[in-house]
Amino acid sequence: MRNKTTENVKHIFKKEFKSYFVSPIAYIVISIFLLIMGWLFFSTFFLNDQASLVGFFAILPPAFAFIIPAVTMRLFSEEMNVGTYELLLTLPVTFRDIIVGKFLAAVGFVAVMLAPTLVYAITVTFMGSLDWGPVLGSYLGALLLGAAFSAIGLLASAMTRNQVVAFIIGMAICVCLALLTDFLLFFLPDSLVGFFQFFSAKYHFADIAKGVIDSRNILYFLSVIFIALYGANLIMQEKK
Amino acid sequence: MIKFENLTRYYGDVCAVDHVSFEVKKGEILGFLGPNGAGKTTTYRILTGYLQATSGTIKVKDYDIHEDQLEIKKLIGYLPESAPIYHDMLVYDYLNYIADIRGVPEADKLPHIKGLADLCSLNEVMHKTVNQLSKGYRQRVGIAHALMGNPEILVLDEPTVGLDPNQIVDTREIIKRIGKEKTIIFSTHILSEAAATCDRFVIINKGKLAADLTIDQLKELTKDRSFEELFRNLTRGDNQ
Repeated sequence: MRNKTTENVKHIFKKEFKSYFVSPIAYIVISIFLLIMGWLFFSTFFLNDQASLVGFFAILPPAFAFIIPAVTMRLFSEEMNVGTYELLLTLPVTFRDIIVGKFLAAVGFVAVMLAPTLVYAITVTFMGSLDWGPVLGSYLGALLLGAAFSAIGLLASAMTRNQVVAFIIGMAICVCLALLTDFLLFFLPDSLVGFFQFFSAKYHFADIAKGVIDSRNILYFLSVIFIALYGANLIMQEKK
Repeated sequence: MIKFENLTRYYGDVCAVDHVSFEVKKGEILGFLGPNGAGKTTTYRILTGYLQATSGTIKVKDYDIHEDQLEIKKLIGYLPESAPIYHDMLVYDYLNYIADIRGVPEADKLPHIKGLADLCSLNEVMHKTVNQLSKGYRQRVGIAHALMGNPEILVLDEPTVGLDPNQIVDTREIIKRIGKEKTIIFSTHILSEAAATCDRFVIINKGKLAADLTIDQLKELTKDRSFEELFRNLTRGDNQ
């Protein structure tokens, strides 16, 4: 029985992952992401006079907060709108298969989107000696961050049949998580900021990006993923 | 084979299906008839696991919809009303995906898909995307979807709606042919079609069971009047 479940997740993943690339939206989103990231990163890169990717990873959380909900908004909303949601739910698969399959497809897409930025790292090695430790740590962190935002985007998509609404809800939550510490610094005493920054994705991401992989940071992202996917499961249950 | 027991479903305050009980025997072709909004689609959706019953239950073989939904889904091939299908997928890819999910073994997959393509006359459109297809072809893709993996039970929600007269005859032929070894529930608004294909007739109106007739009982009742007249009497009685 366990085997059958992983089989189903695999089939749903394959179908969803492929369907990203049959429409032009995937290529547009990836192009915009690479253009904006490249421009923002390299426009300040030479001012710092340092061979590092710190600048790149610093702008990644807000960039992901906008881009990823656009990637995930169709996951459920489109199916509900077109009516294929009924087909999906009457196939012999569980909610968990569907959610995990769709989630992994979104994470796969984020990985594809992120892969070309490795070129930046290679470019930088030509200009000075790049410390690969923090870079690899950052990429792991970026994948975790992308996965967490994908899970949130999926949750938002399960809430509504309107893709625009799904995008806005997803973006709002992701922006909060990405910029929480920056907002709070303005109007909270330092002691409370320390507490609230535990909820901030940016804080945990920055920690991993230093190259020190701490289980607390990984646990944070895994919890966000779990809570969001579980929430999506509850919403699907509730819709029946 | 399928036993509906006091099946009831509310949408908020509106009662869509009201204590409906009947039984479908193995190998029967059941015409499930009723005016629009009578609760046919809701009943199908509960049977196929898309919606949950408010109270009452359906038993398929020894399985109960509240406990063994996944097992029941494996037994049923379902064609929803207006056959919603992923519109950006190739017909072949779509059928292949459904075959995977339905657990058709890798070795049997190609012959099985080919067989269904022949049965539903889909050979010319296998390499078109679903949104390029006419209504008739889409409906036939839906029928192929329902037949995938040889389920024992077929649930067809208005399989002939929107088809031209030739296609209606073809579809009826398909239903009759596969009905020899399968249990089928289907609905239609063309009563002559139902009379020509079905062994039994269940008529519901406003969520309540209005009649449950065998073909012989129907013949008896329609001796001195048409099926249409009988249908109108059964389903409009309270309006007149």
